[in-house]
Amino acid sequence: MSDRLSPCEPDSAGRPMDSPLHFSPDAPAGPLLGGGADREGGLDQRRRAGTGPSEADSDGSATARAALLGEEAGGEAGGHLRGDPPAQLSAVDLKKNYQKGPVVIPVLRGVSLSVREGEMLAIVGKSGSGKSTLLHLLATLDVPDAGEIYFDGQRVDHLAGLERDALRNGYLGMIFQFYHLLPELTTLENVLMPLMIGENVWGYVRRRRQLRQTAAGLLEMVGLGHRLRHRPRELSGGEMQRAAIARALVGNPRILLADEPTGNLDFASGREILELLHRLNAERKLTIVMVTHDPSIAEQADRTIRLVEGQLEPGAGPARL
Amino acid sequence: MYKLLLSWRYLRTRYIALASIVSVTLGVATMIVVNSVMHGFTTEMRNRIHGILSDVVFESRTIDGFRDAEWHMDRISQIAGNEIAAMTPTVVVPAMLNFQVGEQWITKPVQLIGIDPETQGQVSDFGHYLQHPVNRRQLSFELRERGYDTYDHQAGPNSRPRKQMAFAGMGYRRRMAESRRFLAAMTASPGQNLPPQPGAGEDASIPPADPFAGVNLADPFSHKEAEDGAAADSGYEQHTGLVMGIALGSFPQQIGKKKDGTPEYEDVFLVLPGDDVKLTFPTAGMPPQAVSGVFTIVDFYESKMSEYDSSFVFMPIRKLQQMRGMIDPTTQVAMVNSIQIKLKPGVDGSALRDRLQAEFHPELYVVSTWQDKQSALLAAVQMETAILNILLFLIIAVAGFGILAIFFMIVVEKTRDIGILKSLGASGWGVMGIFLSYGLALGLLGSGVGMGLGLWLVAKINWIADVLGRITGRPVFDPEIYYFYKIPAIVDPFTVTWIVCGAVAIAVLASVLPAIRAARMHPVEALRYE
Repeated sequence: MSDRLSPCEPDSAGRPMDSPLHFSPDAPAGPLLGGGADREGGLDQRRRAGTGPSEADSDGSATARAALLGEEAGGEAGGHLRGDPPAQLSAVDLKKNYQKGPVVIPVLRGVSLSVREGEMLAIVGKSGSGKSTLLHLLATLDVPDAGEIYFDGQRVDHLAGLERDALRNGYLGMIFQFYHLLPELTTLENVLMPLMIGENVWGYVRRRRQLRQTAAGLLEMVGLGHRLRHRPRELSGGEMQRAAIARALVGNPRILLADEPTGNLDFASGREILELLHRLNAERKLTIVMVTHDPSIAEQADRTIRLVEGQLEPGAGPARL
Repeated sequence: MYKLLLSWRYLRTRYIALASIVSVTLGVATMIVVNSVMHGFTTEMRNRIHGILSDVVFESRTIDGFRDAEWHMDRISQIAGNEIAAMTPTVVVPAMLNFQVGEQWITKPVQLIGIDPETQGQVSDFGHYLQHPVNRRQLSFELRERGYDTYDHQAGPNSRPRKQMAFAGMGYRRRMAESRRFLAAMTASPGQNLPPQPGAGEDASIPPADPFAGVNLADPFSHKEAEDGAAADSGYEQHTGLVMGIALGSFPQQIGKKKDGTPEYEDVFLVLPGDDVKLTFPTAGMPPQAVSGVFTIVDFYESKMSEYDSSFVFMPIRKLQQMRGMIDPTTQVAMVNSIQIKLKPGVDGSALRDRLQAEFHPELYVVSTWQDKQSALLAAVQMETAILNILLFLIIAVAGFGILAIFFMIVVEKTRDIGILKSLGASGWGVMGIFLSYGLALGLLGSGVGMGLGLWLVAKINWIADVLGRITGRPVFDPEIYYFYKIPAIVDPFTVTWIVCGAVAIAVLASVLPAIRAARMHPVEALRYE
């Protein structure tokens, strides 16, 4: 674990230390590693590929944070939650309400969880239990009404919009039940999209060839090497989901967040997708947080937590390791 | 990068948005056509006015004018000699023109201008507007034997025919005198109401479709002879020559229809070069007395500015000064009431005007440039152009609201895509950028096509006017009204640039609100949108 990404512990009152980790909107998306590449290597590579300002930024913030963390950060790794394997993503007492007219509907009523690096966590629950909302909060797509979210020890839920955008672009990958590919673009362009978002025009034009190779390589890996120029509507559901996975991976994320990835697929395609996810988890040590309502899928995960009416079900196993 | 890629893809897949910019296209095309035609008209008109008038006119406030043109011209030369190319003195008086057609006398108020035939051509394009090729090179107030143009030389051989002009000249004048004398002999004998038999020989050479020419040629009523027979030797010799505005003695007459249904005209002349007219004008001094004289038309003046063509009559300045009593009998120094000044190229007329006006007392002298002389007309055309531009630009602005509405629709339709992009890390600014660059692309496309269409229409404007005229059976551009034979259109690159930039700006502005809406969309709600 690099010290740059070492977590900082929330204090006893639940107030976190201010986040020094700066998710610069300009942070470049890194080139893809070969299968099973070391996570740290990937990050280093990403940082090496960085352009001037963002590199200086991350270095500067690393120094600043080291000073902030003092002795605790001086060690090889910062503090771990409960001292055990490093928690890569954690949530503390998340609450989220939705307003429907005059009625306030509580969706999450205080959910705490922690995900270790390289873990495959399944979140199960009936529809309406708040599992998708939880995933959206973890993905910083939405802001909790109360509670905190930490990514690599840095609090991320209160980051400014552009920093959250950069975090999503550079560190998180998402896949959805309905694949959510852009219909106007070819498969390859869809996969390239996170890289295009991360790069400015000149950066993209300059590294075009390399980025396209990266995306094509990923599509090859998910078995869509022959579908690069097809539009999403010409693909089957399983193919679309595989393209979506390639898109989620192209930015070389630390965590893959999957929202019912097999929910819209037939059994065979769903199994293929799950196998792919397992392979990624095993070979690349990719952390996967997966929301599903299917217990048989949840069983295959390292760990399962169950949401019932916006709260973790006590019997479903420890929320934190 | 993704902004450009997506806006490019949207441009190629959303045909409804293309429909929304059709109005921009049409607006831009119309503006270019209107501006080019108006610019063409203005330029043509200015050229004409400038060709007719000299650059700067130095005038007296009275019609009796000032003494000694030479002294004034020397004085002007002292002030601005190196900026002046030529000068010529003129006398301008209101006058009454009378000429006889059949039994009736036609009277017209005219502007009588005494000019120096030697120098008049140096200060304006005067010669260019005459009907005899030799006169165009150097005007003479001597009647030419024959050889007047039988068509409008400025419009080319395909313009309205002027068959009668073939007879004009000294030969015509002699034949007329012959026939009058013959008729006088006939009327002396019994049978006064006989048809004009002796004129038959000449009638044969006259187009039968033209009643006036026949009447004119066979004019049996020799009042002229009675009044001034002695002076002009029964019409064989010419009186003092004059050049008459062509519209004073002619009119276009429909002679049928062309194959395509548009009416066909020819010019009919009530008088021809060789005929005599009477002029009555005031003498100098107080109170003015009316003085009149008989003159012979030696040429027609056709500037295509109907105001001038129907009011100008030119005669030799010396004769006019004599008849008006403007020459001092003892010193032989004559009076003039205006001096026409031609400037060297590139000289600022207004500045020269101001300098001259400062030297010459404004209560006695008026100095004006040719633009001042026609400022009302030029300003009116300018005003017309400005108002048309405002109206047409409003059309494009209305098109902007169409773009706004359609963009809102597209943003709603693309809600989920916006959610996807945000989940992939696109910022609000980035999403806004997609729709702004989409608006820019639409604007560029719309106004680009509009510019192409507009320029094509301008290039083909006369052909299009012809086709429209044929379809509707009514000429769109009637040269009878405008005195231009073609629609003059001049494309001003500067104006075209402004129009295109304005239209693009409107398209971008119209996409701002939908783009902001897209940028503010909540990613989770956008992702849930079905």
